[in-house]
Amino acid sequence: MKKIFLIIEREFLTRVKKKSFIIITLLAPLFFAALLVTSFFLQGVKDTEDKTIMVIDHSGIAEQALESADLLTFVFSPATSLDSIKQNFKQEKLYAVLVVGQITNNAPVSLEMYSFKQPNLDVQKNIERSLKRAIETEKLKTYNIEGLDAILADVKTDLLVKTFVWDESGKEKASNSIIFMGISYILSILIYAFIFMFGALVMRSIIEEKASRIVEVIISSVKPFQLMMGKIIGVASVGLLQFIIWVVLTIIIFVSVQGFIGGGEAGQMMVADPVTQEAMQQFAKEANSSDMFTVIANINFLPIIISFLFFFLFGYLLYASLFAAIGSAVENEADTQQLMLPVTIPLIIGLLLMVHAFQYPDSSLSFWTSMVPFTSPMVMMARIPFGIPTWQIILSLSILFVTFLALVWFAGKIYRVGILMYGKKPSLKEMWKWIRYKN
Amino acid sequence: MNLLIAEKIVKRYSNHLALNEVSIAVPKGGIFGLLGPNGAGKTTLIRIINQITAPDSGQVIFDGRPLQADDVYQIGYLPEERGLYKKMKVGEQALYLARLKGLSNAEAVAQLKVWFTKFGIQGWWNRKVEELSKGMAQKVQFIITILHQPKLLIFDEPFSGFDPVNVNLLKQEILRLKEKGSTIIFSTHNMASVEELCDNIALIDKSKVIVTGGVNEVRRNHGDNLVEILFRGDTGLDTLLTPIYSLVAQKEQNGLQAATVRINDPQPANQLLQQLIPHVEIHGFREIIPSMNDIFIKLVS
Repeated sequence: MKKIFLIIEREFLTRVKKKSFIIITLLAPLFFAALLVTSFFLQGVKDTEDKTIMVIDHSGIAEQALESADLLTFVFSPATSLDSIKQNFKQEKLYAVLVVGQITNNAPVSLEMYSFKQPNLDVQKNIERSLKRAIETEKLKTYNIEGLDAILADVKTDLLVKTFVWDESGKEKASNSIIFMGISYILSILIYAFIFMFGALVMRSIIEEKASRIVEVIISSVKPFQLMMGKIIGVASVGLLQFIIWVVLTIIIFVSVQGFIGGGEAGQMMVADPVTQEAMQQFAKEANSSDMFTVIANINFLPIIISFLFFFLFGYLLYASLFAAIGSAVENEADTQQLMLPVTIPLIIGLLLMVHAFQYPDSSLSFWTSMVPFTSPMVMMARIPFGIPTWQIILSLSILFVTFLALVWFAGKIYRVGILMYGKKPSLKEMWKWIRYKN
Repeated sequence: MNLLIAEKIVKRYSNHLALNEVSIAVPKGGIFGLLGPNGAGKTTLIRIINQITAPDSGQVIFDGRPLQADDVYQIGYLPEERGLYKKMKVGEQALYLARLKGLSNAEAVAQLKVWFTKFGIQGWWNRKVEELSKGMAQKVQFIITILHQPKLLIFDEPFSGFDPVNVNLLKQEILRLKEKGSTIIFSTHNMASVEELCDNIALIDKSKVIVTGGVNEVRRNHGDNLVEILFRGDTGLDTLLTPIYSLVAQKEQNGLQAATVRINDPQPANQLLQQLIPHVEIHGFREIIPSMNDIFIKLVS
């Protein structure tokens, strides 16, 4: 046991002392923070282009429904020919031409937009929203209902689903699907990246030991399995250290950025901008608060971080033992391509399932794939921020851990044959044979 | 007294038999040559002694009892395929490998200082291995192998990659280790160094031990019972010899006649001399003993 600690110590120290490690560990949170701040400021950037839209109205209601706003001007064309407008389009500096179809019962109204470039999505949404209500009202009028205006005023409703989640003690907390989705997305991507990055690191380092031929010297002092496990654990501790530093630095940066911008001020800044005002209000409503920082600060991160550590650790252990087996079988990295496929495909499938899981965290596909050990680290991590029963997390972790134990045993078998095998590129079939070798 | 005995070791890989009931006995305090062509099974046997692989059957007795896990601390192994971590500093690396062999940090540092000074490489402590030449790296590896003062040292082709000056330095060190009581297993293709260094040998070919014993004994046993006689005189020896002797060759050499004679029926060389002395003037007489190289080629091909 003393020797395995020596190996862990070496694997850990040689990596942590590297300049590249120190630089990446310190700079990555700054990079993320810069990304966050930039996206905040980008949201504040105004769309300053004046847009004039020529409308050909067959419905007769568009003129009332479409009100010109600051940057958006609607011009109603007496002409009905699209061709004549098309010819003068550039001269008149038009942004687009909108053709509103006739209103007929039991048929959708056609809305067509023509332009020399793809019209802005916001403009489209704006027009759709304005016309929808006007057309609905117009259609209702054709039924000749008495007192329609009063009825309409009464019927007009704005709906917003406020979501609350009960915690264990039955207390209500305002929940927030957008922020949950964001967090689960980031965490599962991180798990994927960590597993891939550090798993491949284990593989490369085993190839290096084999290629430099030091491995035979070492295994005359320690058992091959100890060497393999020492390496896997050593690299894991590097990954954990990096993650912890990132969490701490991110919290520090987050707190200082919050102090700098100030929660309320950020909200006001958004609302003050007339163009994005509507979008921001929409966003703010969905966020249940105009202050994103408060919402994020209200989330209980501790269980999420603890689950992240466990799923990272066990998921990494599982994949790292596979990467180790591959590394032991080859002599240089170029030979790994073909053997890597069976390992990377489940990882990538996990990533794809994760995209499903953070949209539908409680679907049966999400549930089952968060139990399957090869995909569970990513999928479960995507589900956890939404709050799922603890037994599911524990069951998933247990399955993951047991699978790891089985796989590391197989990997150890392949490893001890592989590291002493030179001269030929092994196939998967060959590696399967190694598992059955005695010692 | 034998430090290491291998008894009927069998090791089979999926499609070939690497060792077929191989038995060797390595006496304490001597240098034991493990010889054989490539692919004969030497490396497999060495790996079994180092507990890198386990035999299918047979057992290894180390220092009077079956080999056990802790015995790795008593063995120093310099493999044929050897290397170091390229990016690691020499001193750090030597320390790491020494600690894996059970030395404490302080012991290892003290020992390493002594050896680095002895080999004149103190200045390398903080250099990275990739900056060293192959020969320099080999010196470091040699030091690492012997640092923990093991009872048994195993050198697989230790001289490959060294220049003649360093080969000599290494030979002196190996002989000094033997004087201090270490037992050494020495695997090589270089038969001249076998004659120079080894006390006992085992020759392995096609997974089996074909010859084993003391170097001199093996050489004599594989002699063709030839003697060389230098004499003055004009007579052809063939007329003087009784049928149990046959003349293989005779030529003139520096004014003397040199004849090679085979003794067909083993008997003291004195009898041959007695036969000849009345007729010719003897100037020299020696037994022709084959070199290890000749024996190797004769037995293996």
